[in-house]
Amino acid sequence: MSPPSVGVQGVPAANRPAPRRSRGRLFDVLLNLPGGLITSTLILFTLALLLYLSLRVNDGQLLGSAFTFANLTQAVADPLTRTVLLRSIMLSAIVTVVTVVLAYPVAYFLAFHAGKYRHGLLFMISLPFWTSYLLRVFAWKIVLAWNGVLNSTLMGLGLTDAPLAGLLNTPTAVVITLAHAYAAFAVLPLYICLHGLARNLLEAAADLGAKPHQCFFKVILPLSMPGVMAAALVVFVPTVGDYVTPALVGGPASSMIGTLIQAQFGKANDWTAGAALAVVSMLAIAVVVLATRALVNRWVLPR
Amino acid sequence: MTARVSTVPKQPRKGRWLALYVLLYLVFLYLPTLLIPVFSFNDSIAPVFPLKGFTLQWYASLFDNPRLAEAALNSVMVAAIAAAIATLVGSLIAYADVRRGSPLANAISLLARLPILLPGVVLGIALLVGVNLVGPGPSLGAIVVGHVCFCLPTAVVVMRSRFAAFPRSLEEAAMDLGANEWTTLRRIALPLALPGLVSSFMLAFITSFDEFIVAFFLVGTEPTLPIYIWSQLRFPRQLPSVMALGSLILLVSVLLAGLAEMIRRRGLKPPPKSQ
Repeated sequence: MSPPSVGVQGVPAANRPAPRRSRGRLFDVLLNLPGGLITSTLILFTLALLLYLSLRVNDGQLLGSAFTFANLTQAVADPLTRTVLLRSIMLSAIVTVVTVVLAYPVAYFLAFHAGKYRHGLLFMISLPFWTSYLLRVFAWKIVLAWNGVLNSTLMGLGLTDAPLAGLLNTPTAVVITLAHAYAAFAVLPLYICLHGLARNLLEAAADLGAKPHQCFFKVILPLSMPGVMAAALVVFVPTVGDYVTPALVGGPASSMIGTLIQAQFGKANDWTAGAALAVVSMLAIAVVVLATRALVNRWVLPR
Repeated sequence: MTARVSTVPKQPRKGRWLALYVLLYLVFLYLPTLLIPVFSFNDSIAPVFPLKGFTLQWYASLFDNPRLAEAALNSVMVAAIAAAIATLVGSLIAYADVRRGSPLANAISLLARLPILLPGVVLGIALLVGVNLVGPGPSLGAIVVGHVCFCLPTAVVVMRSRFAAFPRSLEEAAMDLGANEWTTLRRIALPLALPGLVSSFMLAFITSFDEFIVAFFLVGTEPTLPIYIWSQLRFPRQLPSVMALGSLILLVSVLLAGLAEMIRRRGLKPPPKSQ
């Protein structure tokens, strides 16, 4: 197949390997072309554009006419932004922990005990993921409202005399709703990781006399940390910037960074400031994620 | 050996407690959302228990609503076009990634799945700036572009697992018998991946059909269905109609997702009597 063999037996240069190879290269180029174009324009270019916009002076033109760091420094210095960004990260961190902790036993069951029900259960758990996020959040609004399902049920059962006020429009409502909405996101990576654990390691632990709880805490849990981290990542990152949930069930006291960004692109109409907010929050998210990963790698992962 | 294996993580009692937990988890997962169809048949404006009585009036109210019909049509069009493009491009990306495996193909595949890890607001504003700079500005076309981006991870994930599910040797056999790369892709890989293509299209379709936040930033004067619902949420009197509409949307999503799962699983069964 290699080029030196060409013409060895007096075969004319126009033999197979060379043209096929170049056709293969053309094939690869054309195969990568649509995906390359779409990802580089829709994802890379627009994200770069956002970064660029955050560095421009807002003078009424779409992309501004001069560079400045003022948007970014303002975004970092503004106490409101700092409060809201910190709150977003705290709430999302709580949501992430709650979601992953609640999902872990489900993934464990699916990986080790579900047997013939595994595929059915996996489908049941991922089905809500394919239904409208807006409607799932809206459902919690009905449940938690002052004159809503939970209060009317509690009163109907005679458990309370007056509606409980502290349900809707609180940070707790945001946490519950987000934890519910992102449940499927956490179960699947955990399940994939637990399912892929080498069974012979677990057998070895049992053979060497590990009790079931030791087997879990010393073998399964540490080995499943990559799955835990993957699950945490796919829950944490999107929830920090969530807009729908704080808007529908959060009330004014629990607005999150997505709310502020939307306001800059909506009512306030200050796109450069909005872009700067987005850039600052993505950086903050990246710092939290990398710091958490470093901590987990240092303290939790087995050597 | 067999006796030992059975002692490992399969304690029946522990499994039973876990099964109970999983059951409760499923109730938690489904109960709030199921309230929407329940109240859509309730003869009262307020969504509270006890239920007042059965009615179909909220469903009837959906029919003489031209703005709703327009929004529904917009959503179907946007979802069909975006899902078709995302599936087409996504399957090429997945094929290049799984079968050709060049660093470039891997990078493109990774990039295509990045939107999973972006907050919707960030994706929305990035695309909004983009379509204002080069594209049509906020419009249905802009939403199609945004949804191609939003559905691409779905398509790539589904097609990657599909291409990885059948042995490479089938394509190698075709190549050995003289088929070039094009023929192999067209006659071997794509037909084998057909169930994946169909299920990827359906899943991308519902992803776009249900998508709110990206469309919220890119919408011009013509709303999609989720945008229409959002605009109605401010009016308490509209709540029951919204729940009737929501129930229909949930039904569409569940049916399509179920169908996609059936097609995907049928496609994964080994072909009868070969190998």
